[in-house]
Amino acid sequence: MKILTEHINVPGIETIDVFRKHGGYSAVEKALKKMTPDEVTEEVKKSGLRGRGGAGFPVGMKWSFLAKPEGVPRYLVCNADESEPGTFKDHYLMWKSPHTLIEGMIVSSYALGANTSYIYVRGELMYVVNILEKAIQECYDKGLLGKNILGSGYDLDLFVQPGGGAYICGEETALLESLEGKRGNPRNKPPFPAVKGLWQSPTVVNNVESIAATSWIVNNGGEEYAKIGIGRSTGTKLISASGHLRKPGVYEIPLGITVEDFIYADEWCGGIREGHKLKAVVAGGSSVPILPAELILKTANGENRLMTYESLSDGGFATGTMLGSGGFVVMDETTCIVHNTLTFGQFYHHESCGQCSPCREGTGWMDKVLHRIEHGKGREEDIDLLVDVAKKIEGNTICPLGDAAAWPVAAAIRHFRDEFEWHIRHPEKATQKGAVFMREGASWTK
Amino acid sequence: MVNTQTIQFPADTLELVHKIIKRYPEGKQKSALLPILHLAQAEWRWCSPEVMDYVAGLLNIKPVEVYEVATFYTMFHLEPVGEHVIEYCRTGPCCLMGGVDVYDHLKKKLGIETGETTPDGKFTVKEVECLAACGWGPVFQIREKYYMNLTNEKVDEIIEELSK
Amino acid sequence: MKVTIDNITIEVEPGTTIMQAARQIGPEVAPPAMCYYEPLKASGGKCRGCLVKVTAGSEKDPRPMPKLVPSCITQVQEGMIVENTINEQVLETRKGIVEFLLLNHPLDCPICDQAGECHLQDFSFEHGVSKTRTVEERNTFEQVDLGDHIQLHMNRCILCYRCVYTADQITDGRVHGVMHRGDHAEISTYIEKAIDNDFSGNIIDVCPVGALTDKTYRFKNRVWFTKPVEAHCDCDKCSGNVTLWYRGEEVIRVTGRKNEWGEVKEFICNTCRFDRKKTSDWTIEGPSKVSRASVISANKYGANTIKPAFPIKQAAEQYKKIDDNRDRSFLAPQKQLN
Repeated sequence: MKILTEHINVPGIETIDVFRKHGGYSAVEKALKKMTPDEVTEEVKKSGLRGRGGAGFPVGMKWSFLAKPEGVPRYLVCNADESEPGTFKDHYLMWKSPHTLIEGMIVSSYALGANTSYIYVRGELMYVVNILEKAIQECYDKGLLGKNILGSGYDLDLFVQPGGGAYICGEETALLESLEGKRGNPRNKPPFPAVKGLWQSPTVVNNVESIAATSWIVNNGGEEYAKIGIGRSTGTKLISASGHLRKPGVYEIPLGITVEDFIYADEWCGGIREGHKLKAVVAGGSSVPILPAELILKTANGENRLMTYESLSDGGFATGTMLGSGGFVVMDETTCIVHNTLTFGQFYHHESCGQCSPCREGTGWMDKVLHRIEHGKGREEDIDLLVDVAKKIEGNTICPLGDAAAWPVAAAIRHFRDEFEWHIRHPEKATQKGAVFMREGASWTK
Repeated sequence: MVNTQTIQFPADTLELVHKIIKRYPEGKQKSALLPILHLAQAEWRWCSPEVMDYVAGLLNIKPVEVYEVATFYTMFHLEPVGEHVIEYCRTGPCCLMGGVDVYDHLKKKLGIETGETTPDGKFTVKEVECLAACGWGPVFQIREKYYMNLTNEKVDEIIEELSK
Repeated sequence: MKVTIDNITIEVEPGTTIMQAARQIGPEVAPPAMCYYEPLKASGGKCRGCLVKVTAGSEKDPRPMPKLVPSCITQVQEGMIVENTINEQVLETRKGIVEFLLLNHPLDCPICDQAGECHLQDFSFEHGVSKTRTVEERNTFEQVDLGDHIQLHMNRCILCYRCVYTADQITDGRVHGVMHRGDHAEISTYIEKAIDNDFSGNIIDVCPVGALTDKTYRFKNRVWFTKPVEAHCDCDKCSGNVTLWYRGEEVIRVTGRKNEWGEVKEFICNTCRFDRKKTSDWTIEGPSKVSRASVISANKYGANTIKPAFPIKQAAEQYKKIDDNRDRSFLAPQKQLN
């Protein structure tokens, strides 16, 4: 079942003519001509679609929070600042099929009563900005954007805004600050963007994948969408698969397949690269807890782990993780967990905006300590120190970047403490090129 | 080198600047800052204080508002750079795919370290964080172009092509 | 509306923040404020020093708030119950915040002009631990010259943004701001440039630490040896209401008047601050009430209120065994000491 990527490999799908030949923009026709904005919102609510950027908040509910005071413009802003390590699905979708996003933008803007909408794309993806702008121009030429779209009386202007290189702008209020031409410092909440967002006007910020999915929901109905998946994990999800896989790439999966299938089935990633064994997975982008092979395939209760919000988080952080943004990073037995944790530590240190003290100072501290351990200068007490620093950051910051920085460090120690200890106790071995600790009796140990 | 007297976008870019400013409501022209800094960097290769002052003038904002933004975002070069800026991803997933070795090879080939420019001014190498291309790593970016699934051989080819 | 903080209930206006409500009760329950500064719009929420526990959100919805909340920007609700000094999690978190703020701080109090009126000193004393757990090198910044009046020590800065808001809100041409990001973020003009306009000196008064100090007062005296006196003058630029800081008969510094929370309500002009340093320039009103912003009171750090358990615990923690093999021949014989 493919909703977003069914035609993604059709030659010329990036052009409006080919896209329309494959059913593109039928949702715009249907929504604008046959449905009221509230009816569109109602379908999205029924679909159970949850935010695909990482937090998993129900999209329809987020829309219903939008304040609608008279005479004040409302905005829809698409969050295409995809920067969470391990995640590259939005990049793929916009690059291959820009109209899929634009169609969703028109439908969603209509539902929200926005007459101006923006797609905020990370600046590094300037070539994608160009692809989107070209596609948007096609829409203006065909009367799908601009004044009185398809004679419906609805007006919409759509613009693409490039970022400048800052992971933090994926946080919705930092994104809005950035879109206002400022530093990407997250705002204190409340007020939430639904009340005071872009230029203090009510604003909805949604991920690329969430917005793109709304067209299908309009075409087929929310109930149809909700039939896909399991429980509260409805629909399909783009998973960015990277690391030691036979076939890394972006896959659209129906939520609910098993993790084991996703990793090993030929339909998906096709297994671990030749001659190697699965050691660990970061299932939802770098910020979610890493899990060792046995816990990613089965929950602590011995049940098959599924690719759903609920199953991946089964067991809480003690034995579970999160679906997050669907950045699925797979590591085989050649992976040094300490080194991998260090690269994530460096990442969050580098990307902290520096506004609030726990994140500004804590991310730098963890980076320095991890760096010492990786380079053979660790002390026995550093492991507990890292756990404690992570704990002092978590939950105490303005935005979720603090949590995102704390979780991977805490989880790596939770599940791979022996590797950290080995680094500290055997620096001469651990600092050799390619040296990796082998846990005795582990499924990945040869 | 940038000369204060000559800092002025060509006419067609200036036209684009005015078009960009119209994307935002009246009085919210500051929103055009990032797009215009990108244009400025494409024009002058790096964001010198003079260039930033010029951008501030175009948008009718204080120079310090441009400085604080340009220094926040990592894409803007605050020092002169070479003709080709190679920005390689050092984050986890690219490292899993052997990024460290490929990047070492790149630096050795060019004879420079991260943050440096070759003596002929042709190449600058910078280390960046995740470029959202993890499944196609190791990855680097030169201007708008992504180079994916890098190997030492591929790096050699790219450098040779760009050296011509 | 009614709000209860540390078991004390008070009636406040709607729109009041937890911080303001706590301040109305008194300094015993008021959370520390390192970045929040009431007279400055948009200040607060950054340092996280004032995080408190809301154990009941409101009468209508009495569920506790899941995370600690910044009291400086969180408005009270009818029937809200807040725990500040009586909550273990709050105190533990605050220890962490002190540790974070000191992590890259140079701890150069002995040569810092702010020592004695530094909020970071107060905060550390009241909420910190006495040991460091870090062995990392501290981040440092290059010196930036801000002109003849204001001395910037970026290494001491805690990035409260107060000086940025001050420049934005009370001067007409902000030339400094926060550059870069993360733990490399710094207060700077980016290009070397003096911060110089009629009200620029106020960024010194709002700075909670010794990052921005008065160059004309630099190394002149420790603040606890000076005598603050309220005075005013007829000024065409500002209210002319100031505090004069005396060393003997000499005015060595002029500042705005700070209230008990260390906040200046009436910002003063640079002429009053930097150029009027003779007693004859002023009409003297009388000695300043000693506020928490000053250590001239001998009891600043509550020498009279510190429970004996505290110094004993402190001493025990700091105790190091003396090396008994050291040469003690220079010491007077024991019996003579008796």
